[in-house]
Amino acid sequence: MLTTELIRLLAFLVGIIAFAAGNAAYLVYAERKGAAFFQRRTGPKEVGPQGLLQPLADGIKLMTKQLLVPEGVDPILFKIAPIMLMVPAVMSFVAIPFSEQLTARHIDLGLLMIFAFASVNVLGLLIGGWGSANKYAIIASARVVSQNVAYEIPMLLTAITLVMATNTMNLNEIVAQQGGGFWNWNLIRLTWAASPLTPVAFLIFFTCMLCETNRAPFDMAEAESELVAGTFTEYPGMGFGVFFMGEYANIVIGASLVTVLFLGGWQSPLPFLPNSVVWFLMKMYAIIFTVIWIRWTYPRIQFYKLLNLSWKILIPISLFNLILTAGWLKVF
Amino acid sequence: MPYFSEIYTGTRSLFVGLGITLKEFFKKSVTLQYPHEHLEMPPRFRGHIELIKDTESGMAKCVCCGMCQKTCPSKCISLTGEKREGVKGKVLTSYILDFTTCSLCGMCVESCKFGAITFSKDYNLASTRRSDYVFDLLKRLEGKK
Repeated sequence: MLTTELIRLLAFLVGIIAFAAGNAAYLVYAERKGAAFFQRRTGPKEVGPQGLLQPLADGIKLMTKQLLVPEGVDPILFKIAPIMLMVPAVMSFVAIPFSEQLTARHIDLGLLMIFAFASVNVLGLLIGGWGSANKYAIIASARVVSQNVAYEIPMLLTAITLVMATNTMNLNEIVAQQGGGFWNWNLIRLTWAASPLTPVAFLIFFTCMLCETNRAPFDMAEAESELVAGTFTEYPGMGFGVFFMGEYANIVIGASLVTVLFLGGWQSPLPFLPNSVVWFLMKMYAIIFTVIWIRWTYPRIQFYKLLNLSWKILIPISLFNLILTAGWLKVF
Repeated sequence: MPYFSEIYTGTRSLFVGLGITLKEFFKKSVTLQYPHEHLEMPPRFRGHIELIKDTESGMAKCVCCGMCQKTCPSKCISLTGEKREGVKGKVLTSYILDFTTCSLCGMCVESCKFGAITFSKDYNLASTRRSDYVFDLLKRLEGKK
């Protein structure tokens, strides 16, 4: 009994790491292709058919570079920062329900666990910027921290509203409640169980997800045009590569979370179609496409406007939504 | 209330922007795949000069008057010609253009009364050796067909 459980966990561990790394590699490709199509270019096309081997070539290039540790950096912090970004991202996959059976651990507090690990990623960026002893890196990490603190609040507030409506933090159960057609998804659930502001909550959650994963238009961590490469300025070769993979793994986590919380996870959109992991992946990649789409549509916003958006708009609205939901659940 | 109307118009404008980029997403790419594809140069493009072939005799139109050589401000043209049996006028035996000093002013093309030289459409010129830019235009003409 114990050994089967152990083997199951090991299989999940390998699968999750492979999934995270494969996604990180091919999301870079998707990002570049997406950027190209939005700008009416062709994107990578030389390495392999349609440039499909490009991530491999990039990986080899990054790995053959010397792992230079610049003079004056904090040697320990500099080295653990990329790991601190990558590990929590991979850890969060443990609680993500890919399908009814395909979940590494049915954790009762899965949502809480993902949020807990998601905040470690900020620490990774802060340590990276601080350890680099580079002015641009430090400016970037200071920005990242205030940005993430500002956006964690509305994100958690919307998550709380959702938990109030679903009455559980177990992601499997949250998905299970949304079965039986797309009109039962939390996004557009028209029952008395959730407040009518749920679509707004979805928008807020999505915006915060963009911000938490440091994606454009909130990519202060890596504001290429202003801060060289932000927190990653001093990182050579695979150090930079791991940072990058961590970023993309975080995007996958964010998109999975949106899928699970609002779009019904593995549940099929129509009752007569079977539920499967395919639905989950389709929804997740649709969200990721939207994330890429948004990156190549909007310019990076100014920093004070970013904070204004959070403190003046997102937090009041999500607070109002929280109170409304509380009242709604009490009355109906 | 300006606060709410601002939120509404702001959110709406974001969706309008997304719509515009999505439309572009499905349009055809405009990239020219340069090393595999080449642009057709416009008729007035000024590359280095080249000789024009006489369609009747199949030889260069040039009559070796040497006007181009004389007008060239950079002295980058040198040509030689000879008399041949049964051919009216002189026959061109060599036409060397030293492109390293040419400034593409076009005085040679303008000065030629016989319309024997023109600008070529060559723009892919790259080399690490100076000698690669000394063009034998007569050979070029013969090789060109």
